[in-house]
Amino acid sequence: MSTQSTDPPHVRLGLFLRDNPMIPLLIFLFLLIAALEVMRPGIVIPIRAGRDGLISTFWVGNLVKFAIPLAMLAACQVLTMLTAGIDLSVGVVATVAAFVCATLSSIWGATPAVLIALSTGVVVGLVNGFGVGIVRVHPLIMTLGTGLVATGCLQVYQRMVINAGTEIPGGLEWLGIGRTFGMPNGLFLFIPFAIFILWLMRYTGFGRILFALGSNERAASLSGVRAWHVYLALYVLSGVIAALAGLLYLGMIRQTSLSLANPLLLPSVAAAVIGGTSIFGGRGSYAGAIIGALILRVLDTMLTLMQMPEGARTALFGLIILAVTALYVRITGTR
Amino acid sequence: MSAFVRKHGWTLGLALLLLALTVVTRLIQPTFGVNGFESLARAALPFAFATAGMAVVVIVGGIDLSVASMMAVTGVLAAVLMERMAGVPALVIVLAAGLVMGLINGALIVLTRVPDIVVTLAMLFVWEGTALLILETPGGATADWLEASIRGFFPVEGIPKALLIIGGAIGVVWLPIRRSKLGLSIYATGSDERAAFRSGVAVGRTKIAAYGLCGLFCAMGGLSLAALTGIGEPVPGPYLLASVAAVVLGGVVLGGGKGGLLGPLIAVFILRIIRTILTLMAIDPNVTTIVEGTIMVAVVMLGTWATTRGARR
Amino acid sequence: MTELPLLDASGIAKSFGAVRALTDARLTVDRGEIVALMGANGAGKSTFVKILTGALKPDAGQVRIRGAEARVGSPAQARRSGLVPVYQEPSLIPDLDVADNLRLADTPVDPFRAWVSELGIAGLSLSDMIGDLPLATLRILDLARALAAEPDVLLLDEMTAALPTDLVEHVLKVVRAKANDGLGVIYVSHRFTEISELCDRATVLRDGRSVGDLKIEPGVEERAVELMLGQKLALGLRDTAGGAAHRTGTPRLRVRALAAAPKLTDVSFDLYPGEVLGVVALEGQGQDELFEALSGFEPPSDGTIEVDGTPMTFAHPADAIAAGLTFVPGNRAEALLSQRSVRENIALPFSARIASWGPLKLRHERERVGYAIDKLQIDTRAQGEVQRLSGGNQQKVTIGRWIAKGVETLLLFDPTRGIDVRTKRQIYPLVRELAENGAAVLFYTSELEEVPLACDRAVVIFNGRIVDIIDAAAADEATLMRAAHGLTGEDSAA
Repeated sequence: MSTQSTDPPHVRLGLFLRDNPMIPLLIFLFLLIAALEVMRPGIVIPIRAGRDGLISTFWVGNLVKFAIPLAMLAACQVLTMLTAGIDLSVGVVATVAAFVCATLSSIWGATPAVLIALSTGVVVGLVNGFGVGIVRVHPLIMTLGTGLVATGCLQVYQRMVINAGTEIPGGLEWLGIGRTFGMPNGLFLFIPFAIFILWLMRYTGFGRILFALGSNERAASLSGVRAWHVYLALYVLSGVIAALAGLLYLGMIRQTSLSLANPLLLPSVAAAVIGGTSIFGGRGSYAGAIIGALILRVLDTMLTLMQMPEGARTALFGLIILAVTALYVRITGTR
Repeated sequence: MSAFVRKHGWTLGLALLLLALTVVTRLIQPTFGVNGFESLARAALPFAFATAGMAVVVIVGGIDLSVASMMAVTGVLAAVLMERMAGVPALVIVLAAGLVMGLINGALIVLTRVPDIVVTLAMLFVWEGTALLILETPGGATADWLEASIRGFFPVEGIPKALLIIGGAIGVVWLPIRRSKLGLSIYATGSDERAAFRSGVAVGRTKIAAYGLCGLFCAMGGLSLAALTGIGEPVPGPYLLASVAAVVLGGVVLGGGKGGLLGPLIAVFILRIIRTILTLMAIDPNVTTIVEGTIMVAVVMLGTWATTRGARR
Repeated sequence: MTELPLLDASGIAKSFGAVRALTDARLTVDRGEIVALMGANGAGKSTFVKILTGALKPDAGQVRIRGAEARVGSPAQARRSGLVPVYQEPSLIPDLDVADNLRLADTPVDPFRAWVSELGIAGLSLSDMIGDLPLATLRILDLARALAAEPDVLLLDEMTAALPTDLVEHVLKVVRAKANDGLGVIYVSHRFTEISELCDRATVLRDGRSVGDLKIEPGVEERAVELMLGQKLALGLRDTAGGAAHRTGTPRLRVRALAAAPKLTDVSFDLYPGEVLGVVALEGQGQDELFEALSGFEPPSDGTIEVDGTPMTFAHPADAIAAGLTFVPGNRAEALLSQRSVRENIALPFSARIASWGPLKLRHERERVGYAIDKLQIDTRAQGEVQRLSGGNQQKVTIGRWIAKGVETLLLFDPTRGIDVRTKRQIYPLVRELAENGAAVLFYTSELEEVPLACDRAVVIFNGRIVDIIDAAAADEATLMRAAHGLTGEDSAA
C-alpha cells in the first residue's frame, strides 16, 4: 500500500479495527458471556451446574428476545448517524405506537390498529425530516422536541380513550412471547428486517447516499443529491422502524404505559456507537449494532446480578458512549 | 441612541412582547396582579437558571444537553444535605458541586476533542444516573428558609423575591465576568475560535470556564427546584428544550459569539406567561404541554433558519 | 560583529498521520532583515508558518529567538517571546468591536491608532464592529495591531493578497521603515515583484524542506522557480493544434450579463461544443461566483444562462447536472467523500436522484467506474479510502466521477492546484480529448502557463467583468499576465 506503511502502529490498528469492527465486538461479547458464566455458574452452560444441556437455549433465547427491540431501535440510530444525525424520538414513537395499537385494537380490530400505530411513526418522522432536512435544525434538538410534543399528545390521547380498555393483538403476542425451537418468534420479524437494513445500507442507491451525506454533504449535493429529500425519507423510515419496534415490544411486555419503550432510547444509541457507527457520519455497520445490542443485554444481566442500582447503570451507559466516541476520535484522528 | 436601539433592538422587542402578553393576561383575568406575578416569577426560577447556564455555553460556541440532569443532581444533593447539616454549608457544597460538574463537562470536551453535543449527551445520562444514586426516589427535605427565601416580596410589595434572586445571581456572577478578560474571551471564542486562538486567547480554558459557569447556574437552578418543591426529585425535568428555546428566542445565536443573558431571561418569562395564559383560558394542562412544546420547537426552527440564512449572506 | 540571528528555526519536521508535511525546514532572520519564504503550493509553507507562530507543535526541531529556545506552544507564547504574526485570514473577532479586539490581545491603543493612520486607513472608530468592516481594512488592522505590540520579528503571511494597490504601497513602505529600525520580518508571498522590491533574502521550501537561500538580485526569479520546482520540468507542449473552433450553430452554454454577489458584476460569453474555454483571472476577481452560479450552488443575482439555446435557472446543483453542467470544485475536500472508496466516490452521481435510490446496478457501475479509472489512470492501490490517495489521484477521482457519468459540459475550477507535474501533464490531454469528443469545457486555472496548453480561447475576468478574450493557443504568459492585471491594449505602459 502506498502510504499505509508510514502510519504509526496504533493508527494502523485503529484503522484495521475500524474496517473490521465485528472481530473485536464478537470477542468482547464472548468474553462478557464467559464472565457472566463465571459469576453465576450454570447460567449459560447448565451442565456445569449439574443440569442437562451444553448451552442453555432458554438463556440464549431470552438474550435474543430482549435484544430484538433494542436492535431494531438501534437501526434507527445507525441510519440517522450515517448522515451525522441521531433520532432521540424513537423511544417515544415506540411507546406511542404500542399505546395506540393496544387501545385501538379493542375498538377497530388488530389490522387497522397496527396500521394506524405505524402511521404515527410516519407522522413524527415527517416532522423530524422537515425540521432536519428543510429548516436544518440540529437533529438532536429536533428529535428531542418532537419526542416531547409526542409525549404531550400521548397524554391527551390517553385521557380521550381512558375508558376504552386495551387489547394486545394475538399476532403481536405470538411474535413477542412465542417460541419456536426455543428461539423467540420475534426472529421471524427481525431476521427479514435485519437483512433488509443490511441490504439497504450496502446494495441500494439510498444507502450509498446516506453514507455520502454523512461523509461530505457538500460533495453529495455537488453530485446532484437533494439533501432534504434524503432527510425526509430517512427520518420517516426511522419513525416507522421505531413504531414497528414498539409494536413488537408491546407483544413482549403485554401491557401499556405512557413510558413503555422510553428506557430503550439510551441503549439504542449505545448499541449503535458500540457497534462501530460513527456519530459524526459516514461510517457505520448494522451488523455491529446488532452485536452491540447483544453486548448491552449481557452487560445488563451482569449489572442486575451485581445488584447495580438503576442510577449506576444509566451513568455507565453514558460513560460507554463517551469512551467509545473518544476512543474513535483518538485512534482515527478524525473529528 | 439609535446605535443602542440597533444593538439591543431584539431585547427591547422582547420586553415589549412581554409587556403586551402581561396586558393580555390582565384582560383574560382581571385579578392577575402582583400575586400572580410573584408566583409566575417563582415558577420561572429553575427555567431562568437553566437558560442562563445554557446561554453562556451557547455564547462560547457550544451547547450543554446535560443542564436538566445537573439540576437534578444539585436538587437532590441539596435535599439530602439539608436534611443532615446546616443550610449554609450545604448551600456552598451544592454550588461547588454544580461548578465542578460543569468543569468536568468542559474538560471532557476540550480533552477528548469529541464535539460538545456528543459529550454533553453522554454526560446527560451520567449526571442523571448520579442523581438516582444520590436519591433513588423523591425525598429528602430542604431547609425552611430556602423556601421562604423565594416566596413573597422584597423589599416592597410588587418586587418578587424570586425576581430579585435571578437579578442578584446574574449581577454577582455574570456581570463581573462579562466585563473581564474572561468574558471577552468567551465572546471571542464563540465568535471565531481560530481568530481567538491566534489573538492569544486560551481557547480551551475559556471553554472549560464557560461550562463551569453553566454548571454553577444549574446548581442555582437545582436549589430553586428544591426550594419550590421542598424535596429532591432525581428525575430531570423538561428544562433542556425549554432553555434552548429561551436562549434562541432571547437572541443568542446558536453557534456563538452573539447576544447576552438579559434577552434569554426575558424570553423565559415570555414562555412562562404564555403557559399562564393557556391555563387561565382553562385549557387542558396536557394540551398546554403540547402547545408549549410546539412553540419551543417552532422557536428553535425559526432561530436555526435565521442563522443559516444569515450565514449565507 | 557576529550577532546571533534574531530568529533561528532549524530541523523542523511535522507529520499529519501518514502525510509528512515538513521534513527539514530551516529559516533564519537577522536584525533589520526581511526574508521571503517561498514555495509552490503544497511545499509546506502554511504548516511552517503555523509552527513558527505556535499554532502547531512540531514533531522535531526548534525555534530559537535571540538564541534562547522559544517556547512557542501557543500564539500567545509566541507573542510574548517577540514573534507576532499577521495571518492570511484576519485574526480579529467579528462579533467584537475594535476596542475589545485590542483588549483581547493586550494591545496599547495609541500606538495602534498611529499605525492605522500610517498604514493609510482613515476614519476608523474604536467602536466599529469587526464584522462590518471590509476585508482589506481588517488586514490593515491586523497589521497595525501586530506593529503596536512592538514585536522583534514580524511574520506576514500573504499580507498584500486582498489589498488594493494604494494600501499595498503603504504596507511595503511601513515594513521597510520598521526593518531599517531593526525589526526582523518573515515575508511569505508568491509575488515576485513585491519580493524583489522589499526583501533582502529568500528561503525556498520544497517538499517540506528548505532547499535554498537566495540573495535578492536581478534574475533571482529564474533561480527561485528552479528551486521551487526541483528540476526543470516543462509542463509539456500541446501536441494537437486544437479543434480550432468550429464556433458555429447554437452554443452549448450562453451566458449573458451574469452578475452574482459579491464580486461578479457583468460577464457574457458563449461556450461551444468541442471547445475548451479558459478563464483567466487573479484571485478573487469573480471567478468563484461565476462557477458557483453555473453549477447551481448560488443563484446569480442577474443575467441569463442558456444551455443549448434554452434559458435555465438553477436552484440546486441537481438542476445544473440535469442540464448537463457538471462542476469540479477547486478544493478537493469539497468534492470527495474522504472516508469512502474510490468506487463509491466515482459512482456517487449514479445514485443521486430519487429514481435511483433502489437497488444498485452493480455491473453497470463496475463498467463505468472501471472506464473512468482506466481513462484517468487512477492509482487504485489505496482505493479503500479516498483520503489515503495522493493529491493528484484524489483530483482525478473528482474528475473521474463525471467521466464515468458522461460529460456534456464540464466546469473545471483550478483542477491542477497543488498536484504534481506528472498528473498535470495527464490532465491537459484529457481535457482536450473530452472536447474533441464533443464536450464543452470551461477551465479556470490559477497557473497561467496552462492556458495555452489546454484551451482554445480564454476570457479574462478582472474586477467582476470580462476585459478581454484571447486566442489561447497563441497566448504567451506575459500577455496573459498583463491581461489578468487589467492591462489591455497598447496603452498599458503607463
